[in-house]
Amino acid sequence: MSTEWTMVIGLEVHCELKTATKLFCGCPNAFGDEPNTNVCPNCLGLPGSLPVLNQRAVELAMAIGTALHCDIRPSTFHRKNYFYPDQAKDYQISQYDEPLNVDGYLDLPDGFRVGIERAHMEEDTGKTTHAGSSGRIHGADYSLVDYNRSGVPLVEIVSAPDIRTSDQARAYVTELRAVLVASGASDGKMEEGSMRVDANVSVRRGADAPFGTRCEIKNLNSVRSLGRAIEYEAQRQITLIESGESVVQQTRHWDESAGRTSALRSKEDAYDYRYFLEPDLVPLVPDAEWIQAVSDTLGMMPAERRARLAQLLTEAGGPSEAQVDQITTVVDLGLDDLVVEAVAAGVGTALALARTANEAATDAEAARVLDPKAYAELLTLEAQGSLSATQAKAVLADLLAAGGGDPAAIARDKGFEAMSEDSLAATVAEAVQTNPDEWSRFCEGDDKLAGFFTGLVMKATKGQANGKAVAAELRRLRG
Amino acid sequence: MSALGSAPRPALETAAMVRAGELSAVEVLEHHLATIEAHEDDVRAFTLVTPDEARTQARAVDAAVAKGEDPGPLAGVPIALKDNLCTRGLPTTCSSRILDGWRPPYDATVVTRLAAAGAVSVGKTNMDEFAMGSSTETSAIGPTRNPHDLTRVPGGSSGGSAAAVAAGFAPLALGSDTGGSIRQPAALCGVVGLKPTYGTVSRYGLVAFASSLDQIGPFAGTVADAALLFDVIGGHDPLDSTSLNRPTPRVLSVLDEGVDGMTIGVLAEYLDGVDPDVAARVHQAAEALAAAGARIEEISVPEVALGLSAYYLIAPGEASSNLARYDGVRYGLRVDAEDTAGMNTATRSAGFGAEVKRRIMLGTYVLSAGYMDAYYNQALKVRTKIIEGFDRAYAQCDLLLGPTTPTTAFALGAKTEDPLTMYLSDVCTIPTNLAGHPAISVPFGTGDDGLPIGVQLLGPALAEGDLLRGAAVVEAAAPPMAPPALTASLRGGSQENREGVS
Repeated sequence: MSTEWTMVIGLEVHCELKTATKLFCGCPNAFGDEPNTNVCPNCLGLPGSLPVLNQRAVELAMAIGTALHCDIRPSTFHRKNYFYPDQAKDYQISQYDEPLNVDGYLDLPDGFRVGIERAHMEEDTGKTTHAGSSGRIHGADYSLVDYNRSGVPLVEIVSAPDIRTSDQARAYVTELRAVLVASGASDGKMEEGSMRVDANVSVRRGADAPFGTRCEIKNLNSVRSLGRAIEYEAQRQITLIESGESVVQQTRHWDESAGRTSALRSKEDAYDYRYFLEPDLVPLVPDAEWIQAVSDTLGMMPAERRARLAQLLTEAGGPSEAQVDQITTVVDLGLDDLVVEAVAAGVGTALALARTANEAATDAEAARVLDPKAYAELLTLEAQGSLSATQAKAVLADLLAAGGGDPAAIARDKGFEAMSEDSLAATVAEAVQTNPDEWSRFCEGDDKLAGFFTGLVMKATKGQANGKAVAAELRRLRG
Repeated sequence: MSALGSAPRPALETAAMVRAGELSAVEVLEHHLATIEAHEDDVRAFTLVTPDEARTQARAVDAAVAKGEDPGPLAGVPIALKDNLCTRGLPTTCSSRILDGWRPPYDATVVTRLAAAGAVSVGKTNMDEFAMGSSTETSAIGPTRNPHDLTRVPGGSSGGSAAAVAAGFAPLALGSDTGGSIRQPAALCGVVGLKPTYGTVSRYGLVAFASSLDQIGPFAGTVADAALLFDVIGGHDPLDSTSLNRPTPRVLSVLDEGVDGMTIGVLAEYLDGVDPDVAARVHQAAEALAAAGARIEEISVPEVALGLSAYYLIAPGEASSNLARYDGVRYGLRVDAEDTAGMNTATRSAGFGAEVKRRIMLGTYVLSAGYMDAYYNQALKVRTKIIEGFDRAYAQCDLLLGPTTPTTAFALGAKTEDPLTMYLSDVCTIPTNLAGHPAISVPFGTGDDGLPIGVQLLGPALAEGDLLRGAAVVEAAAPPMAPPALTASLRGGSQENREGVS
């Protein structure tokens, strides 16, 4: 009896580097400008022009290598030769057999480790728009080329074929994106094409069988497309094999609206790129000092940031499953500094995490620029019982909307005065007296009724009572 | 300008006189424009003469002098530029139809440096198409003729520049040397041609043929003028990543230091199979160097015999990639067709000549999967061997000596049907390019046919100073050479013109 089908997935991620200028010339590296305005003899491939390597691009590429735990090696550039109208020189300058970064890894939030084979530098092409019904170069009425993107610096990150499910693939791209953003190398905007993913997919029976024949899927414009395309492609291959046919090594195009892949070209008509050493450039040999300087300026990576938050929960026996999700959300959104600051100010980690993952996260953009001290102050007011949870959330919403402020002052303006103990006790006592049956069942040990009484008190105080204080008063009355 | 009827005035002297206000740049220019006017129809050295732009430049030089400013070391010196050097706003064709109508929006670094030094560019010179050839016969506009004998080739690929200097159209010219394209035509036209160390002269704005071999260099009537021009165009350029970021040798100031105490090796392999009259001139030059105090040794570098084969794999390989951009999409010729790929093919079929197509095909083949190791990569190993061979020789010698070419100028059409025979005319110049070293061709008398012979001095990287010192000694001992017969015979005919600008 055959064992179950499993997938083998390797991902190639192209990432545009966030430099001010292009890889080999001084033209602006900008998205969305008027076509063919950010161009010069070099990125138009005019005769006689020569490439000059952008040192900042090298630094960002090394930052990616460092963040992915790669070896940074002496490297060279090659020419990849093929004719295409968006290719200004009809060759692309790319690193080939001696890439800058090799042999790294990326740890996913669940601890799964994906190997990184290489992360090399290359230049982007221009952008072609084909007019006509086909939308492709074949059968186009005419084609327009915008060379603004020609020569934009890219790093191509090639994973090992370590990924086994579409969920892992999605988690890998999500995590990689976070690393690229955290390293300052890229804005990671898939929708603007500054991060593009190709997936190599094959299937096999069981986890130990040799790899099957793979297909490369292009045109994956979102993490969602990636997951769908992998699932579709794996099923296509399984169906082929089960019907007695075999998978042909191909490059395939993902059609998002049709939800399927179609053949672009097979291995036989693959281009012969005639790679050879780019004679217009000299080898790129970063010295130890330069590599160290890049490493020194590199901020904390998402994995470290998650570990830092988990560390805060050590005494509580480590994060619960829900808290693992909260930690991931908070780090993904770049809000972990808020949590750390609040905890340092004396707020409990669980409260700080929950408020940040659930409330601050609803407007992450505003939360990222919030003064962490003000945020910590607000959570302190809540932790001390000066503000109820409902009140604290309302104050936070105002803080985010206004881009900052004094939490205590906002609370005062809203009329959120903490209830005095006497007033609270009176309200609780009234609730108890008007519901004698429920009270006796509570006294007999039906703890669920605590919620019932708390609800009544909250209703009576319009949410101003502190839930914890109400619970404490109920316990006191029960004796 | 009373002296114009006799030997052309060296650039060094012209510049000195212009800077001193003793001669106007406009006068100098008009004299040369008149010479061009008189003889260009016979020589066909230019793809384009630019009198208007030249006059503007010359007037600016004179104006600077009048204001007491120094226009620079090439003040008012006319210069001709090989047509693979980008000139802002002026056609740059590489003598190819494929660049029809293209005007670069920028100047090559050397062009900028020449202008800053006060030089006056008179035009763009004819060349073998994309510098692929040894006779200027692959030019799309037809061949340039050798001023010493109009039925002979001027050599190539920088034949137009060599002929321009030989014919007195300009005292200086720039060429490019990928496998001998400066030295070979210099030898055949009886002028000085220097191929500098790779990386000493910026390639920015030089339309690439084979990037790892291409190097811009001077043509001049004298060794001192070549030195003067090299000093102006050399030096680091941040726009060329292969430009050496270290001091470039300044050569003019050391020219007179002689060769006393130098060891100069006569390179045995370069004398294999060369014409006896050429070999005799090389030995005669060796004697002159010995008389000036150099120790002469015979030396063998067997690896250089592999140079030609390696070159015809490496250079076409790079060229096949460098010339891919002429696809009709952005500039130059476009021949329309049904679709983009068809347009690319139609454009390239119509735009490139036979020799360029031959080399693109050869180069594409040697870089192809399955053949790259056998051809291109093997050639790279040979290249390393050649460098090692030269290194061995330079451990023993300061300079090497040999002929520049195996023969004097051959007849137009003599080798066009047989590319391999044509390629052999560069057998003595190619190894220098593969090594990235400098070498210079110096006129040294004539052959049995009365045509110029060039002897070649070779040096290790950045040895331009030693090279030029040796060249100066050879030049001083050179047997007399008659001025180009053409110019002499036509000199009478253009007398009026000449007086008109005197």
